[in-house]
Amino acid sequence: MKPFTFSRATNQTEAIKLLQANGKFIAGGTNIVDLMKEGVEKPSQLVDIQRLPISTIQANKSGGVSLGALAKNSDTANHPLIRSKYPLLTQAILAGASGQIRNMATNGGNLLQRTRCVYFYDLAMPCNKREAGSGCGALEGLNKNHAILGWSDTCVATFPSDMSVALAALDAKVKVLGKDGKERMIDFVNFHRLPEKDATKDNNLNAGDLITSIELPKTGLPTKSHYLKIRNRASYAFALVSVAVIYEWKGNMIMNPRIALGGVAHKPWRAFEAEKFLAGKTATEENFKQAAEIALKDAKALSQNAYKITLAKRAIVRVLKMANGKG
Amino acid sequence: MSESKTLAEEVCEFGESRRDFLKKTAAIGAGAIAFEFIDVDETFAEVPEYVTNPPADAMAVKLNVNGAEKSVQIDTRTSLLDTLREHLDLTGSKKGCDHGQCGACTVIIDGRRQLSCLTLAVMCDGKKVTTIEGLANGDKLHPIQQAFLDHDGFQCGYCTPGQICSAIAMLNEARNGDASQVTQNLSVKAANLKLSDDEIRERMSGNLCRCGAYPNIVDAIKEVHNK
Repeated sequence: MKPFTFSRATNQTEAIKLLQANGKFIAGGTNIVDLMKEGVEKPSQLVDIQRLPISTIQANKSGGVSLGALAKNSDTANHPLIRSKYPLLTQAILAGASGQIRNMATNGGNLLQRTRCVYFYDLAMPCNKREAGSGCGALEGLNKNHAILGWSDTCVATFPSDMSVALAALDAKVKVLGKDGKERMIDFVNFHRLPEKDATKDNNLNAGDLITSIELPKTGLPTKSHYLKIRNRASYAFALVSVAVIYEWKGNMIMNPRIALGGVAHKPWRAFEAEKFLAGKTATEENFKQAAEIALKDAKALSQNAYKITLAKRAIVRVLKMANGKG
Repeated sequence: MSESKTLAEEVCEFGESRRDFLKKTAAIGAGAIAFEFIDVDETFAEVPEYVTNPPADAMAVKLNVNGAEKSVQIDTRTSLLDTLREHLDLTGSKKGCDHGQCGACTVIIDGRRQLSCLTLAVMCDGKKVTTIEGLANGDKLHPIQQAFLDHDGFQCGYCTPGQICSAIAMLNEARNGDASQVTQNLSVKAANLKLSDDEIRERMSGNLCRCGAYPNIVDAIKEVHNK
């Protein structure tokens, strides 16, 4: 690991002031410490933000819930407000990592995890995300775990977070404090980005930005939702494909449906066209199948991951049934 | 002969650290042949130089380990796991993968199970750490420790300190009503959850056991949980 200096901040203003050009914030550390051991991340400074007073989970002004950026994943999943009003988020968080890691990982950090693409981790291999212009090892290499939607020749990596898939479906917003001391809100669906020609950036944050909270909007009632994660083993593995679905249920009709996919793209992938198709429809298998076809119509397989297209379609049908209590 | 008897006695009493044991085993030739070709003093050096002579940019960290206040001067890059093992002589916590994938390094920090390999020591200033060495009360083992013995919850024992620390904190989580991925009713949080075998397996999925002692680990945890 490269040497680095370490400073501790006690509030947000101090944290953004302390951060130097090649510095990074550290909170849970579960991803960045590992990446630093591997030599993938090489910050010259870490600013410890564990003591910042942004770890509460509470009702917000718009009738939703505010998740402090430093609240632990396990506390968030198990908060009574989340379990009663946003069980989709509880499900998604508990589907990720292990008990130990969820006790360490923070909400802000969860959004900022890097891809688990093996070429990103292997310094001997080319990777445009790690080193712009070096090439993409996965494009024609080992790509069975890689993207089927929104990828480019620059990068075919997927974004690993489960929690973020639920947040995308919930239409959350991310509150960010800029280096200039100004706060702003970013819609969750625009928080992460597609690789296009520059894979080094996973999201639309500016250098020095600090996530302070994630805001969940008021939930429409009655709401049906479910998170389905498909992976190589029953627990403690990243998703091959995951789907978060939530909709309101009114007179036997699906209203305001939202479908987000994980494990298929460089960001949590919202299936907007499929959502549009399902709005106002009844909960039949035929409708679910059509929605799934629409959601994957632009999917493009790499050499080893065509299975993901079929898997994603079937996962969408299944999760829609499960949300409706018929899975 | 008498020398090896002494050694056996020492080992049985757990009066010696594993390293001292290995060193003596090697020294008296009772160990594997491989030891003959190893410079014992070099291989099992007592205190590494980075401990006796910390780098100039080292930081002071104060933490409470198993009830005792500890103060170390430490390279910022040092993990909590290496701090415990190399600086504080607490080698119970094990280094398996060192990348947060196996759970062998699990310790309890401020009451919660966490991975000491992915925790930097400098992040632990003022925190309370409990390791496998801090669980027994004198000669009286923690109920989970006793249950692992009673149910043969291990074979080689390397993952066991992590399994035990994890299990203890996991049962607290269940008492607190925390859900897991396989919990049926998520929307209502009720204390003192009754854990099925599936629940125990899911909640312990962060602790791998390469010997495959899983059925006995589940039995050990279940016994304490049902008491």
